[in-house]
Amino acid sequence: MSDKLQSTGSAPTLVPAPVAPIVRSRSAGTFARSWRRFTANRMALAALLVLVLMVTMALSASLISTYVTKTKPTDQRLLHNFEPPSQRNWLGTDEYGRDVFTRIVYGGRVSMGVAALGVLVALAIGALVGLLAAYYGKWVDSLLMRFVDLMLSIPGIFLLILIGSLVQVDPIMLAVIIAVLSWFDLARLVRSEALSVKQREYIEAARTVGVSDIAIIMRHILPNVLHIIIVWATVAVPSFILIEAVLSFLGLGIQPPTPSWGNMLTNSTQYFYKSLGLVFIPGFFITITVLAFSIVGDALRDALDPRLNS
Amino acid sequence: MGMGSYILRRLLGVPPLILGITIVTFLIIHATPGSPVDNLKLNPEIKEEDLQSIMRTLGIDRPLHEQYFGWVGQLLQGDMGISLKTYQPVRNQILDRLPNTLLLTAVALLVALLVALPLGVIAAIRRNSFFDYLIVSGATLAQAIPSFWLGLMLIIIFAVQFRVWGLPALPSGGTQTLPGGGGAIDRLSHLILPVITLSAVQIGGWMRFIRSQMLEVIRQDYVRTARAKGLRERSVIMVHAFRNAALPLITLVGLTLPQLFGGAVVVESIFAWPGLGSLAIDAANNRDYTMVMGTVLFISVITVLANLLADISYSLADPRVHYS
Repeated sequence: MSDKLQSTGSAPTLVPAPVAPIVRSRSAGTFARSWRRFTANRMALAALLVLVLMVTMALSASLISTYVTKTKPTDQRLLHNFEPPSQRNWLGTDEYGRDVFTRIVYGGRVSMGVAALGVLVALAIGALVGLLAAYYGKWVDSLLMRFVDLMLSIPGIFLLILIGSLVQVDPIMLAVIIAVLSWFDLARLVRSEALSVKQREYIEAARTVGVSDIAIIMRHILPNVLHIIIVWATVAVPSFILIEAVLSFLGLGIQPPTPSWGNMLTNSTQYFYKSLGLVFIPGFFITITVLAFSIVGDALRDALDPRLNS
Repeated sequence: MGMGSYILRRLLGVPPLILGITIVTFLIIHATPGSPVDNLKLNPEIKEEDLQSIMRTLGIDRPLHEQYFGWVGQLLQGDMGISLKTYQPVRNQILDRLPNTLLLTAVALLVALLVALPLGVIAAIRRNSFFDYLIVSGATLAQAIPSFWLGLMLIIIFAVQFRVWGLPALPSGGTQTLPGGGGAIDRLSHLILPVITLSAVQIGGWMRFIRSQMLEVIRQDYVRTARAKGLRERSVIMVHAFRNAALPLITLVGLTLPQLFGGAVVVESIFAWPGLGSLAIDAANNRDYTMVMGTVLFISVITVLANLLADISYSLADPRVHYS
């Protein structure tokens, strides 16, 4: 009995069904169908390719620096500043003669890394709070959700400015700060979905046979709200990239000489009359990356939830 | 439950929310290391008793809860403290800057709605056409472009390069030409670039929203009935479909305000627009805590009140709302 129930809960399905074997076969079909729907979208495939390229580039930043561009992101050649793109400097050089391409690669690692880490932390907090509020209800729910309401009523960027003005951040801390201030809407979404999942009979059955609260939440409710979490994450990654860029642009995020796309852009604004490319390039990379993430995210959402598409 | 008690209950929810906001703001300030007198300590000339007296004047030598209640007590009397940088009352500076931010955000919101609503409706009507495809891609692009980059590129093109090319250039910052300017046309020309920058993201969001709303509504029975009655397509779309699709806009405008104010921070600091956002940024960069706290609090309270207003007008506009 409990075996069956567990396999129901842990099967990676979006459509919970009463009996385990049916769930198995149907869930494989669901994902195969989702994948087919996703690949049918050529725009999404192109965007996915761009993403893979960007992420690979960022992950292999030190390899690129050692073997391809043969310069570090902080290596200065003061006599060769503001150079246009050339064989040696693919995207030209900045005000200190540093290679812009190398800095873009490293900046991408920081920007995307901050976003990825931030989203993971935010997912953990938001999902946990939403699940706890929905499962325990009563005062736990009121307390957590009133807090969420409260935090959602304060424009996030102002809180980030407030904190940014108080502490000097490194990339990891910045990711954590962004996450801590951005999980509120996820908690709300997860809570409302989990509330309806909680009413289903298999949850009742699991409780009857004495499955612990934690096991019910993690094995039976979480898998059934996972699609909400995935969709939220696809929206959150690009928006976190933008938040990091904005903060670094405003001088409250990643501090030079560590390059991030945001602070490269800020820096370049002082020299735009010498080199327009310096302003254009970091913004272009941010836009392309955010765009690719959004397109892939949209396609993923459509693929995961065909009801929206009908 | 009736509408009157719904409104009353919403009203009663506001004071606790604002109290909560003051607690959060206060805790963030005090949970982070550093004190306003840290910079003074770097000065070798300063004496310990001077530091003590400055801390006493600022009230930061007292225990936390006393500081908090003191602060809230002052707030209740409309006193937001004194800027640690300029030694001017925070409230005066905020009220000086407020009209500029309101002007910028209101015009940007208006422009965004005026551009996005017709385009979104047309995209929905001609679903899957080339135009629809263009609108949807345009919306995605508009939401992906970082506003600070868009602003900078606009400045470079329309303020800098246009001058170089001998074309009529737009101003790159401020609210009016100094000295001298200040006529209506002069002020308007200063608004153009900031408004485009601020509304771009909004336009993307609104277009997607109204498009999906229309797609939803067009399928409804009453729209089919209207068509079956033989009404002209125009009146089916405008009277029956659009009015229902646009109803949630009221709530959404309220919910978008935090985003708009957030966007204004960036736009104001790019275009040297003397509003609340640039005030907050300058204060943040100067470690002027009272000023940052004041702006955060002020913006949050405006947001709460705007959402309240949106909820109430929605309940007045849509009789189907359940007051629960």
